[in-house]
Amino acid sequence: MPSMVRRPFFWIITLAVLAFALAPVYGNDVSLRESLLLDALYITLASNLNLMLGYAGYVNFGSIVFFGLGGYICVWLVNSYKWTLVPSLAVAGVCVSGLALIFGLGILRLRGAFFALSTIGVIEAVQAFAENFTPWGGSSGIYLPASIFTPLGGPRQALWVIYFIMVGVMGASLYLSYAIKTSKFGLGLLAIGQNEDAAAILGVPTARYKAMVYSVSAFLPAIAGGLYFFKSAFIQPSDAFDLSLSTEALVVGMLGGQGTVTGVAIGAFLYEELRGYLLTSSTFANFQLVVSGALLLVIVLFFPGGLMGWIYSRFPRTQKVLE
Amino acid sequence: MTALLEVEKVSKRFGGLQAVKDLTFEVREGEIVGLIGPNGAGKSTLFNLVNGVFAPDSGRISFGGADITGEKPYKVARAGLARTHQIVQPLTNMTVLDNCAVGACFGRENLPLHRAYEAAREAMAVVGLSDRAHVLALHLTIAGKKRLELARSLAARPRLLMLDEVLAGLNPTEVEHMIGVIRQIRERGVTILMIEHLMQAIMSLSDRIVVLNFGQKLAEGVPAEVAQHPQVIEAYLGNPKLAAELQGSGEHV
Repeated sequence: MPSMVRRPFFWIITLAVLAFALAPVYGNDVSLRESLLLDALYITLASNLNLMLGYAGYVNFGSIVFFGLGGYICVWLVNSYKWTLVPSLAVAGVCVSGLALIFGLGILRLRGAFFALSTIGVIEAVQAFAENFTPWGGSSGIYLPASIFTPLGGPRQALWVIYFIMVGVMGASLYLSYAIKTSKFGLGLLAIGQNEDAAAILGVPTARYKAMVYSVSAFLPAIAGGLYFFKSAFIQPSDAFDLSLSTEALVVGMLGGQGTVTGVAIGAFLYEELRGYLLTSSTFANFQLVVSGALLLVIVLFFPGGLMGWIYSRFPRTQKVLE
Repeated sequence: MTALLEVEKVSKRFGGLQAVKDLTFEVREGEIVGLIGPNGAGKSTLFNLVNGVFAPDSGRISFGGADITGEKPYKVARAGLARTHQIVQPLTNMTVLDNCAVGACFGRENLPLHRAYEAAREAMAVVGLSDRAHVLALHLTIAGKKRLELARSLAARPRLLMLDEVLAGLNPTEVEHMIGVIRQIRERGVTILMIEHLMQAIMSLSDRIVVLNFGQKLAEGVPAEVAQHPQVIEAYLGNPKLAAELQGSGEHV
């Protein structure tokens, strides 16, 4: 890692994270904080999905399963076992990552469209499990009492704590994406994404690498899910395993530029801001999926490299600085 | 000279097609062995069996004394056996340098990233791709892609290099350059097993030649012997004029 600290991109990430953390503190702007919290969530989901989609070239529709399962495990531990937030988040992350490793060893034998379809199957299966698992409240879900915020200093302060943790998770996602991209593991993943058979013949342990990246890409989204549903104090299967959020994370990746760290983060930020506007505007209410569909079409047709692809081709020098 | 690669009684069947049958041969340390035979003789299948793309139905393959029969391709690569593909398989959206670094990173020496880039640059210099380091592999010409295949497998610093028709589709100047490169690789102590259809080239490069026909070994020996072998002329060359040309090639090239 020391070599990473010497590169400008490391400091660009650090500055972005600090800006996120401090912007709402200045002026105590609660509505800005709520909006940035969702941005941080989208950046986390999209960056981790990018490890699969942009690096290893596997379309994962089921990334939302990590988020939802993380949410369930965290909320369940807080509710039924009276755990505090941080250990619940850690356990949620580790469990979901471990489950992903087991799932991954199975479904990553499939390729292309077959893999993509199987990930939708994973969503359905996990959602059906949650709907029928009594300790998780079945289809009506789990409600948390307001008292859960007391250890964090009451609801008002708890929301700030949650926000800072979310920004931390976002920062960790960005550093992780960057660290993987500049590592041997990352090179192997990129090779798999380009031509899996050729990569294997060159010596890349494809099965192990794919399972590893699938598992790694589950960890931070699970923690983000835990935070998100802890904050809502309510979780139910249809919110936790919403396919449209998975699809949006894919669109965000393509919008920003798959395989890039910066592009995916900016894509997620812009998309979430746009979505926030569409959701609250009276003309476009419930219209955001139509917009994401149209966006996807335009990107695939005219900007296959996404935002970063376009920037790289216009300003080739940025390629050396922005990963 | 000790045997580096030993193929013993290896067979492979695809449905009704017996692609390779009871094939036995060896490649000794430091040699260039040519593998020739008509289309469909089982040459590429043999490569796929050796480097683990397919597992043989029967028989045994050992490399450097260790049994590698049915071993996964990435393990075979790590053991020090690299190959090129007849139909080029570049990592299209990666630079030439990155392509070669993948070979170096995951090859025999299992190099860390920064050393892998050194090995990659070295291999690119050998095949003459240094000036294209930052070009995306998809933008290379076919000759460039063939060189990339070679550079990438060379960057792995293999003990044995299997070349699957690296000369096919190249113009005479490019062929000549590539032959020079192959000689240079051998001088670095890399053993080579190569499939080739360009007769003059393989006759002049190889120390020994193995001839396959219908998945079986038809003949084996030094180029001059093989070229005069009546069964080889009949089964593979057919044309007596070409045979005469071959017999003369040992002296000319």
